[in-house]
Amino acid sequence: MTDEMDLKFLPGGKFSTKRVIPSDPAQARDVQEEIEQALRGHCYNDREIFSIKLAVEEALVNAIKHGNQLDPAKEVHIGYNITPERFEVIISDEGAGFDPREVPDPTAVENLERPSGRGLMLMKHYMTLVNYSETGNTVYMYKLRNGAKST
Amino acid sequence: MSSPPRRRRLEVEDIGDVTVVNFTDRKILDEQNIQIIGEQLFSLVDEMGRRKVLLNFGNVEYLSSAALAKFITLNKKLQKAEGRLILCNIDPQIKEVFEITKLNKLFTIHDEEQAALQAF
Repeated sequence: MTDEMDLKFLPGGKFSTKRVIPSDPAQARDVQEEIEQALRGHCYNDREIFSIKLAVEEALVNAIKHGNQLDPAKEVHIGYNITPERFEVIISDEGAGFDPREVPDPTAVENLERPSGRGLMLMKHYMTLVNYSETGNTVYMYKLRNGAKST
Repeated sequence: MSSPPRRRRLEVEDIGDVTVVNFTDRKILDEQNIQIIGEQLFSLVDEMGRRKVLLNFGNVEYLSSAALAKFITLNKKLQKAEGRLILCNIDPQIKEVFEITKLNKLFTIHDEEQAALQAF
């Protein structure tokens, strides 16, 4: 994990698997597939895998497209842990940042036909916690498996 | 970054005046695939003049919000052309994505293809 990553708000802050990718959706897909395989190796069920894959996909796309503006010179830093009780991930981009509180409600009638703006909602629905750093460049998420307690 | 081969990601069949579309990708996932799928869907309306389009999700086990964006755009194109879009055969996990985002209020969704065909 590089010094550039915003770690200040992280609980614990250690991730067993770390990846750095350019702002390339194809490479993000490789990371997503790696995570899926790892989840299967830990016997996560199909619903849990679906939930995590979707949230990670949305976060990576946000980092690449909105954070890094698809700039090939900018990178996305990813760290994740998988235990029998939980999956946690941190994703950082090198963009200008944003305020997630300013994302409009995509379910509002006036926004329903907008093509974008649903990623954050889906992340919050499928993960137990979604937390952004102050600058908005880093998102930390975790998902507790059924019956597991938050530490 | 190399471009993916532009294979058909859609299986298209005309049943009467309804164009039924099945997806060849079980996971409508990454940005590159989504762009191509979108182009192929839009060409049905823009270039091939289809006005009744039925999307059958029977082969789809995963999709992201980028795919939803393409369906919204497709729906707008068809409405503008006085056509209609209907979705069918959506897996419960995928249907949940439509429900969370309230897009089940925007789209007409049927469980079975036969009922969807009759709804046009």
